[in-house]
Amino acid sequence: MPNQPDLQLWLIPVFPLIGAFLNGTLGRNWSKGLIAGVAIGASALSFVWVVKTLSALGQLDTAHVERYFTWIASGDLNVGFDLAVDRLSSVMLLVVTGVGTLIHVYAVGYMDHDKGFWRFFSYLNLFLFFMLILVLAQNFLLLFVGWEGVGLCSYLLIGFYFLEKYAGDAAKKAFVVNRVGDFGFSLAMLLMVVQFGSLDMTKVFTAAKAMPVEAQSGILTAIALLLVVGACGKSAQVPLYVWLPDAMAGPTPVSALIHAATMVTAGVYVVARSSEVFLKAPLAMEVVAVIGLLTAVVAALIGTAQNDIKKVFAYSTVSQLGYMFVGLGVGAFSAGIFHVVTHAFFKALLFLGAGSVIHALHGEQDLARMGGLRSKIPITYWTLMAAALAIAGVWPFAGFHSKDAILLAAHAHAPWMFWVGVVTAGLTAFYVFRAIFLCFFGEYRGHAHPHESPAIMYMPLVILALLSVAGGYLPIMDWIAPLFPEAHEAHDMTLVLISVGFGLAGILAAYYVYVLKPGTAEASAARLGGLYRAIANKFYVDEAYDAAIVHPLEQGSRAVLLHGVEQVVVEGGLKGTVAMVRGFGGLFRHLQGGNIRSYAVYALLGAVVFLGLMVAKGGSQ
Amino acid sequence: MDLIFFLLFASIAVGCGISLVVQKHPIASALSLIGVMGSLAVLYLLLGAEFIAAVQLIVYAGAIMVLFVFVIMLLNAAEEAPSRKTNWPSRLLGVPLLAVFVALLAYLFDKMSPSLGTVTFGAFTTGGKQIGRSLFNNYLLPFEVTSVLVLIAILGAIVLARKEID
Amino acid sequence: MPQLTAVPLSWYLILSAILFALGIAGFVFRRNVITVFMSIELMLNAVNLSFVAFSHQLRQVDGQIYTFFVMVVAAAEAAVGLAIILTVFKNRQTLTIDEVSSLKN
Repeated sequence: MPNQPDLQLWLIPVFPLIGAFLNGTLGRNWSKGLIAGVAIGASALSFVWVVKTLSALGQLDTAHVERYFTWIASGDLNVGFDLAVDRLSSVMLLVVTGVGTLIHVYAVGYMDHDKGFWRFFSYLNLFLFFMLILVLAQNFLLLFVGWEGVGLCSYLLIGFYFLEKYAGDAAKKAFVVNRVGDFGFSLAMLLMVVQFGSLDMTKVFTAAKAMPVEAQSGILTAIALLLVVGACGKSAQVPLYVWLPDAMAGPTPVSALIHAATMVTAGVYVVARSSEVFLKAPLAMEVVAVIGLLTAVVAALIGTAQNDIKKVFAYSTVSQLGYMFVGLGVGAFSAGIFHVVTHAFFKALLFLGAGSVIHALHGEQDLARMGGLRSKIPITYWTLMAAALAIAGVWPFAGFHSKDAILLAAHAHAPWMFWVGVVTAGLTAFYVFRAIFLCFFGEYRGHAHPHESPAIMYMPLVILALLSVAGGYLPIMDWIAPLFPEAHEAHDMTLVLISVGFGLAGILAAYYVYVLKPGTAEASAARLGGLYRAIANKFYVDEAYDAAIVHPLEQGSRAVLLHGVEQVVVEGGLKGTVAMVRGFGGLFRHLQGGNIRSYAVYALLGAVVFLGLMVAKGGSQ
Repeated sequence: MDLIFFLLFASIAVGCGISLVVQKHPIASALSLIGVMGSLAVLYLLLGAEFIAAVQLIVYAGAIMVLFVFVIMLLNAAEEAPSRKTNWPSRLLGVPLLAVFVALLAYLFDKMSPSLGTVTFGAFTTGGKQIGRSLFNNYLLPFEVTSVLVLIAILGAIVLARKEID
Repeated sequence: MPQLTAVPLSWYLILSAILFALGIAGFVFRRNVITVFMSIELMLNAVNLSFVAFSHQLRQVDGQIYTFFVMVVAAAEAAVGLAIILTVFKNRQTLTIDEVSSLKN
């Protein structure tokens, strides 16, 4: 690697860390303006530094690595605190810091009435720190630190309204489900150490590149599959997606930042980063694609029957993440990452817009009590419309370009994947526009007095809307493509038209059902009966997990650990020791008779013993 | 001659000792103790310790025992009342332990006997001169410390035994 | 049988041991606190005898210096100890050592 000037990469994550620390320790007594200033300032400084770094690095044909110090030096394993920037992470960095700063600005307005204002921004900055560590990490262990850290911040922020039980439960659920994924990730790291002797990405990938492609199973497949387990946890894929809808218990800016734009894309990022490993394990790639597809379909179906606006978008996120996985799985890594970027734009916009609606209605989240808000909150309406068009894949909005790239690649890989993908695209358009129509069209069915959000909230919406419109033209795929050995498919116009067609069909169907003939929804639901109930109840997945895993664990714990181990062994042992000590104490207590004569006898006893010893040792010599 | 004197005064000492332990009235014990001290003084003389013998009689028998007698008088100590509570360590272990103790000591001394030599009157006589020299040269510090100790004892005794001034 | 003019030192030591044992016996078996105190004095005397005996044997005056100090300390101790006994008698009205057992348990 050519020697490049030291660009102080470490500052990128450290700015938000300082912000988190300041707000966390001193923010309690600060004015809102100061807290906001510190938080936004930290995030913005990070963004500025990213831009500065990237402009200094220019073409970035090779990665720019900065090694700071050796963290672990144990036997053969050497792990350093190394940060690196290459084309892939540059994209992620811009998204994280850019969208992150916008969301920070929005949150100042959204969280204005909250007493935990300082705590919120401290956590938000802390999250940025960990996410940036994750992106910049040059070895898997450091990445894992960021991985776990964002999981922690996710827990803290989901459970932000900790006085509500459902918030705490949701936070715990998120953390525990993530843990399952983390376990997979840890095993993957262990296998890497065993196989490659190092966790450094350069070393691992160079070694993997030299290994042959594994047909069915092998060490690389194992590593890849375990990484996928981790990615499923963090990026909410089947079967570990159940935490994401519940995570909507957190404040909306959190949903936007963490559960749409950044944290959930960490899984996608890791798979893309580890492309060298995955390319040698076709089985794993297939698994990734299938999981992605399954998730996309199932989540889209569930999203059509949700009544909480945030839940609709949550399932949408799960579904779109599925798309990204499909992109990765069929080998179109740059397409997958491109979709990460565009998704960040329009999904963050969707959530922030939803937040704007909720804010306008003073906390109402149920679609059934919305309607006709077009005229009342126009800015929110237009920006959300832009986002919806983007996600529906309508040309020329951003989502069209990225989704199309994925679908085309899927078709080249296996045509059935393409067809499932376009059907899901139709469903996507359907449920998003269902939400839009229920919210903004028709008669207002609620009781609040809607008012537009303040400028500090709608400015980020506008900026994100512009990005959602024009973002598709950012040359991201060209920028990243050289990193991956991808074939560039011919631009098949037919397939493009088919996918756009499905998208438009979805929009029209939603229009028909929810605007033209308002009663159609209920009628269809009644006719579909059981199927509709299954969808509306999220296919009973949570209930299944409960019955299969949660309850047995609880009962088992109670029976074995509580009654068995805890009471018998620990308490019994403890009580036994105490009783023994007490017993001895009771015995010795009698020595302290308070009677002087007894003491004299004891002294005499001691003297006799001593004398005896003297005699035994051979007298006075 | 030494032997006779030794045996005589040793038996007096032991006799008085037994009397001390056995007598019921404290005053009788006190008088026995004086007897012991007297015989010991003679034995010190036999051992050539003239100064010590004198100090024993003047300080120990003359001052300390007088103090004891005064206190017995003050407290109107009477014969010991028969005990109500039995103290069982002393009952159980007292005699055996004592017996063992004495036996062990006797055995030890007997074993040591050849190396110890004999005592002859006049073989080593020390008077005030030697003691004074040693005391004020080698043992000056302990000497001064003991003087402080005595001062403390005086203070302590006064504080403890005075009448409360209310 | 030793000569008339030479007494084996070990006899002095044995005498000392006997007196010491008697002192212990008095300490352990008597109940009157003053008698107990006197037994302690007896023990001290026995030890003094030992010291002087060894001083004679070693032809050094140091043993006698020790007895000197022992006597001084015994005097101080007697004074304070008797004062304590007086105080205890004032408070407890008893001279029986068994009944002065507040430190029990």
